[in-house]
Amino acid sequence: MAKYVIIGNSTAAVNCVESIRSIDREGDILLVSDEKHFTYGRPLISYLLYGKTDPERMKYRPDDWYEVNKVQFKAGVRATKIDAKKKNIELSTGEKVPYEKLLVATGSRPFVPPMPGLEQVKEQYSFMTMDDALKIGKTFQKEDNVLIIGAGLIGLKCLEGIRGRVRKVTVVDMANRILPSILDEEGSAIVQKYLEEKQGVEFLLGDSAAEFTGKNAVTLKSGKQLTFDRLVLAVGVRPNVELVQDAGGECNRGICTDGTGKTSLPDVYAAGDCALSHDIAAGVDRVLALLPNAALQGRTAGINMAGGTAVFDKAVPMNAMGLFDLHMITAGVYEGECYEEKADGKYKKLFYQDDRLKGFILIGDVARAGIYTSLLRNATPLSSVDFEMLEKAPALAAFSADYRKEKLTQRV
Amino acid sequence: MKRIYVNEKWCLGCHLCEYECAFANSGMTDMAKALKGKEIHPKIRVEDGADGIHFAVNCRHCSDPICVRSCIAGALSRNADGMVEIDKNKCVGCFTCVLVCPYGAIMPDADGHAAQKCELCTRNLCGEPNCVAHCPNRAIVYEDRG
Repeated sequence: MAKYVIIGNSTAAVNCVESIRSIDREGDILLVSDEKHFTYGRPLISYLLYGKTDPERMKYRPDDWYEVNKVQFKAGVRATKIDAKKKNIELSTGEKVPYEKLLVATGSRPFVPPMPGLEQVKEQYSFMTMDDALKIGKTFQKEDNVLIIGAGLIGLKCLEGIRGRVRKVTVVDMANRILPSILDEEGSAIVQKYLEEKQGVEFLLGDSAAEFTGKNAVTLKSGKQLTFDRLVLAVGVRPNVELVQDAGGECNRGICTDGTGKTSLPDVYAAGDCALSHDIAAGVDRVLALLPNAALQGRTAGINMAGGTAVFDKAVPMNAMGLFDLHMITAGVYEGECYEEKADGKYKKLFYQDDRLKGFILIGDVARAGIYTSLLRNATPLSSVDFEMLEKAPALAAFSADYRKEKLTQRV
Repeated sequence: MKRIYVNEKWCLGCHLCEYECAFANSGMTDMAKALKGKEIHPKIRVEDGADGIHFAVNCRHCSDPICVRSCIAGALSRNADGMVEIDKNKCVGCFTCVLVCPYGAIMPDADGHAAQKCELCTRNLCGEPNCVAHCPNRAIVYEDRG
């Protein structure tokens, strides 16, 4: 019997396994995944299409990772049910697998809202997995007109990946601006302009699909009619909470956990895009579908599952996003007073309130952004640093001599 | 493991370490040929603060490196000695590491397509940190402090 059973094979799962192994070298670990691939960096799928990586280099860990960590990997098998009383899970093969400690790292799936006539569209794609990307890479042709519904992170990373492979890309979004989850209005406009002018992308914003009128045609709410060869649906994602929910575990859009990664079911943990985090910037519990967050949650769960003690209750919404050669780094919430700098190709906003940095947006020049992120994560009082210096550029010189002594003269 | 530590009091702000870093990682043996007239992209940076404060910053090789946790490609890792290394072949240049490093010690490389960081000159001809070897005032040292 496996002592530890892990459902999932991505960031949260891998970090959980490594943390279990940092404490328990021997306890059996069984990992179950409906994806057959060796663990890969999920956000890399856009870079695969963009030509910056390939399936071999996308491996999230070295080739011997499963052996070295003594993980039994059941690939291509789906967990269908958790029996929290009997402490076992049921697999798509019909097999029942008992556990002592269970990690649910089931991630999320694309969400497709009901759209009349959508069933007529044969060439429809989503953009979440390696298989999605491989399929797009294989089928999209140079002559294609592609319609992407969704101008969020997934839709625009897909755009970056496919732009050079097809004739034209049009992006439709109900929101009136792009990337609303990470940018403010002005920032959205800058990035949109860049994509329009440098990459020839057409945006139809504040509009949505009213009805698909054939296998290659759609009428938008505005009345505008479009034809396309391929359709990418990147409207949003939904966390995969059902296994825990159906077993009676507490969920609220995402799986609820305490700071140790534990769900309300005994010995069942959850981590990654299926689970809630405590967002210290917004002050609420919500799903923060970010790779670093999944890693930290997985690590925390793994340590606790193996009998150690770890707490992760200070998540920060943050993103590093590149589109073609334009980089942006953002974090936190955009509330309070604002320091801003705008110059050709560069855009910077720092938001602060009650002596704390609340959020920031950097477009173009992202150097040393982590110094700002650390102010957020540590809720550093701005009165304890030279904020005027930090406004101009992130620098450790703006911190106290004691802080520098602690960080630069000893092991950290 | 030996790491690079800073003695802020003794740093003159000469920025020589930046040039020595760029030279060490140029793969060339003639410093003038390697650097003259070129924009350098060192992995160590000297900060010049207020009141004559100067100090160098490079990778701290953290015990639990948040850059390694955050890397979307598995390109950053901590080796058996505890040194944080980067596999540039795997790096896609997303700069999530730049987003999370609290020291600002990892940065885009010269062409901006991947990240770069201090690897203590273990992967160039020097073998030991060239910045430390050429610091005129021992303002950076290479020592085992636990």
